[in-house]
Amino acid sequence: MSTDTSPSSADETGEEMADEGSDPAALQARIEALEAQVGEMEDDGQKKMTIIATQGSFDMAYPPLILASTAAAFDWDVVVFHTFWALDILHEENSKNLKLSAVGNPNMPIPNALAALPGMDALATRMMRSKIEENGTATIEELIDLSLDQGVDLQACQMTMELMDYDEDEFYDGVTTDVGAATALEHMADADIQLLV
Amino acid sequence: MSTEFEITETLDVKGQSCPMPVVKTKQAIDDLSEGEVLKVVATDSGSMSDIEGWANSTDGVELLDQQEGEDVYKHYVEKTA
Repeated sequence: MSTDTSPSSADETGEEMADEGSDPAALQARIEALEAQVGEMEDDGQKKMTIIATQGSFDMAYPPLILASTAAAFDWDVVVFHTFWALDILHEENSKNLKLSAVGNPNMPIPNALAALPGMDALATRMMRSKIEENGTATIEELIDLSLDQGVDLQACQMTMELMDYDEDEFYDGVTTDVGAATALEHMADADIQLLV
Repeated sequence: MSTEFEITETLDVKGQSCPMPVVKTKQAIDDLSEGEVLKVVATDSGSMSDIEGWANSTDGVELLDQQEGEDVYKHYVEKTA
């Protein structure tokens, strides 16, 4: 079998090694330097996850927060970029009043004609909240606290904050503001996992 | 069934569901020193798979044992670094 099928990365190192010729000591030093470099690359194995959260209903607030707080327990570098309705998850007051929509939700055991009646969203939300309490599922606030405690970067999109007249003082302490799409993209470009919720 | 390791701390997450058993386990492990063992007692049946998955993907911890009892799941995690 031919030996000149080496991958391109070996070609690059080959060029650098040409200067050192066949001096065994120089080659040895070069090998050690490369091994150290590979070692560093392996050590820098921290995974990154970026989640773009766009939904602010009670049910849709859970998936990004559960994934983010769990990923932080894996020691991953996690950013959740909240935009549009998802800003309500970070809003201290609104986050306590997130609602489930009974209309247009085929998983709800309520016909749309009934679900559209006044008070039905509140009723559906109350039912879900009591189920969550019964089941020992964490509340939105608990998951936000856990995420922030563990170093998850919860970001609030500046453009939608202004669109919705939100002030950063209304958000939980520790939420990152003054960030936009470019900040999110920069993290996404480097991330192992990118999710849009 | 006896365990051949010494338990340093016990974490009770009975009644709590995903993602709490994993997240609290991680927090409790952070408070331990190298070589110490955390026992986690959970009622979440998903904790068997979840704590194993977490331990496999996380540096510095080793899952020593898992025991499934009647509605109770016990996990033994050592802090290795």
